[in-house]
Order: sequence, then structure tokens, then C-alpha cells
Amino acid sequence: MTELYDRHSCLVYSVALRVLGDTGAAEDVLQDVFLQLWRNPGAFNAARGKLAPWLAVIARHKAIDHVRGRREQTDIEDIVLSVDAHLEEAADRERAATKIRAALAAMPGEQRKALEMAFFQGLTHTEIAQQTGDPLGTVKTRIRSGLIQLRKVFEQ
Amino acid sequence: MSAHEQYAEDLALYAVGALTGAEQQALEQHLADCPACRRELESLRGDASLLALSVSGPAAPARSRERFTKAVAGERHPRTVRRRRSFFEFVPLLAAAAVVLICILLWRENVQLRRRLDHAEARMLDDSAVAKAREIVAMFNSPNVARYSLTAMNSTPKPHAKCMYEMKSGHLLLLASNLAPLPAGKTYQLWIIPMTGDKPVPAGMFKPNASGDAMLMDPTIPAGVEAKNFAVTIEAEGGSATPTMPIQMMGSGG
Repeated sequence: MTELYDRHSCLVYSVALRVLGDTGAAEDVLQDVFLQLWRNPGAFNAARGKLAPWLAVIARHKAIDHVRGRREQTDIEDIVLSVDAHLEEAADRERAATKIRAALAAMPGEQRKALEMAFFQGLTHTEIAQQTGDPLGTVKTRIRSGLIQLRKVFEQ
Repeated sequence: MSAHEQYAEDLALYAVGALTGAEQQALEQHLADCPACRRELESLRGDASLLALSVSGPAAPARSRERFTKAVAGERHPRTVRRRRSFFEFVPLLAAAAVVLICILLWRENVQLRRRLDHAEARMLDDSAVAKAREIVAMFNSPNVARYSLTAMNSTPKPHAKCMYEMKSGHLLLLASNLAPLPAGKTYQLWIIPMTGDKPVPAGMFKPNASGDAMLMDPTIPAGVEAKNFAVTIEAEGGSATPTMPIQMMGSGG
């Protein structure tokens, strides 16, 4: 388990820090994510996906729960995701990160902004629409297009 | 736009956690019944994870690691590990079980074999005839045994020998007493006088001990010689192919 921690703690911590902006809170989320995984290893189904992206998403959800002071924590067992990228080795993950950042940079600004507001700030689409002044429908479309764009990075 | 298409649009929002309220509930209800949407949700969540993976940040502080390892050490490891075990995971276990089974069978057979061996040895050792024969033979050479030569009253003890011969098995036993001591380089030799009238068959050599006793047991003789009589002569050390006169002792029985 400590091996997994050493391999992925950086990712979990940085995602949590990006969301929370506070190192103490980010450390709490880091602890929470790995303890939950240790207590319930079955929550992650290795047959269905890869660990790194799953941990990253869990970290995000837990961090948002933290921000919102939500009593109801996200049930991590419900989170199942599939990714086509090679992410086994740290080097693979580095390469993937570089590609993704390039794709984000190439994206239209509003599209990237919408994604980041939803994902890292945990805003609802109504809140995003309010803040940007864009119609709900536009927000929906931008987020969907943004995700598809990211998917294309690894669809070779 | 069909209901299904409506849901497909909402999936992306749901994947990034931006869908709330009534729309979220409606979508969750739909997902329960729609495998296609569930699959698409997985892909979209995967895309969202790429967003997370793009984050570059500092490594977690060292104290976090300590905090984690301490917490883990303090807790008992969870009993349940939900993982589907494939058949192949049991192969090493089955192989080990097979080895254990074979070992048990071999051990049992070993115990049985030992038991049989013990019985066989015990029978051999316990054979009273064999034991007796051994004792008798030992008595012959034992210094503790008193020796008496019994003769008729008013006569001196003369050289005497008893010879037992079983032609079928080829066993021959000669017990002699009161033998005169031999000069150096000489030996007594036993002869079988064959029934056929052929020349005497050499049947072993013997020398008296200090008491004048001698024993000859199972000498090397040709098989199936039918004996008419036995005779003893004195020969040079190493024996002779033909008897040297005079005959020292001759049999009288049959």
C-alpha cells in the first residue's frame, strides 16, 4: 500500500491543492483518499480501469466535498471510468500530462474555462452560466466539446 | 430532441460534477436503465480525469506519508478484499494440496513397509531353531564350556567323530573329539566314500583345538554324492586329492 502511496500521492495532492488552494486541507484530502482505499481496496475495480486517473477523480470529488462542507461524501465506489491512454509508468503519465496541457492550451478559452470551473471549482452549470453570462445550453455544449477534445488526444 | 439525446448531453455535465438538482436525479434514474449511457459516462469521466492528470504540482510533504503509514499501522487490515478470484489463482493451492496428499500416502506406505520389515526381522530373529543352532555352534568354541568324553568303563578315550550328511541339501556336519594333536604342516581331511564305488570324494579339512575337538560344517562338496561311508586321513596342509594311508578313522553307521 505504501508503494501505491509513493507512486500516486503527488497526483492526489496536486489535484486536491489545485481545487482547495490550501496545503493543510490538501493533506487532509490526501490522507482521506488513501485511507479509504486501504480500508476498502475493492472500491477500485482493477479489471475495469487504471488507478491513476481514478485516484485523480476521487481526489477532485473529495476536495470539492471538502470545499462545500458536504455532509454526504461522494461514494467512491460509484466512480468508474475508462481511459485509453497509457498511464502505467510515471514517464507515461508525464508524457500524457504534457499532451493534455497542450490540448487545453489549444482549446478555445471559454471552453477551457467552463471545464475548469466545473471540474476544479466544483461549480454547477447554473453557477457557471451565471458567472460567464452565457446561456445554460452553451455551457453544456462547451463542457461536452471540451471533454471530447481531451479524449481525442489519445485516440490515435 | 429525444429523451435519450437530452440525457446524453447531461452526461458530460454529470461527468464533471456540474449537474445538480432535478436534472441530476432524472439522469441518475435514466442511468439505472441505460447501459449505453453508463458506458458513455465512464468514457466522459475518463476524459475528465485527463483534466486532473494535467495538473502539475508539488509532491506531498513528508509528514503526510508518516501520517498515512502511522494510520495504516494502527488499523487492522480490512478482512474483505472484493476481488473476483479466477480459477488460476487456486492452481498453486491445488498443487500444494496434491503434494500434501501424496506425502501423506507415501508416509502411510512407509509405515506399512516398516511394519512388514520389522515382522520379517522379528520372525528371523525369533526363529528358535536358528537361535538354538547358533547357541550350539557358539558353545563348541566357548572357553566356558566343560568338555567330557564318555567312554566305556576301564578304557581310555579314543578319537571319535560323528558325521551327519544330507545328500539332498548337501549339508554336512562333523563333530570330532579326542583327536590326537597334529604335527606341524598337517591337517585332518574328511572323505566321502561314494556308494557308486568311485574313488573317495574330498569333503573338507579340520584341525583339533587344544581340547582335541574339531568341527567341520558345510564343506565344499560336489552335489548329489550318495555316501556309503566316511573316512578321515591325515594330509599335508592344504589337503590332498586322494587319501593318504593309513585311514585314521572310519564310519560304522549309515
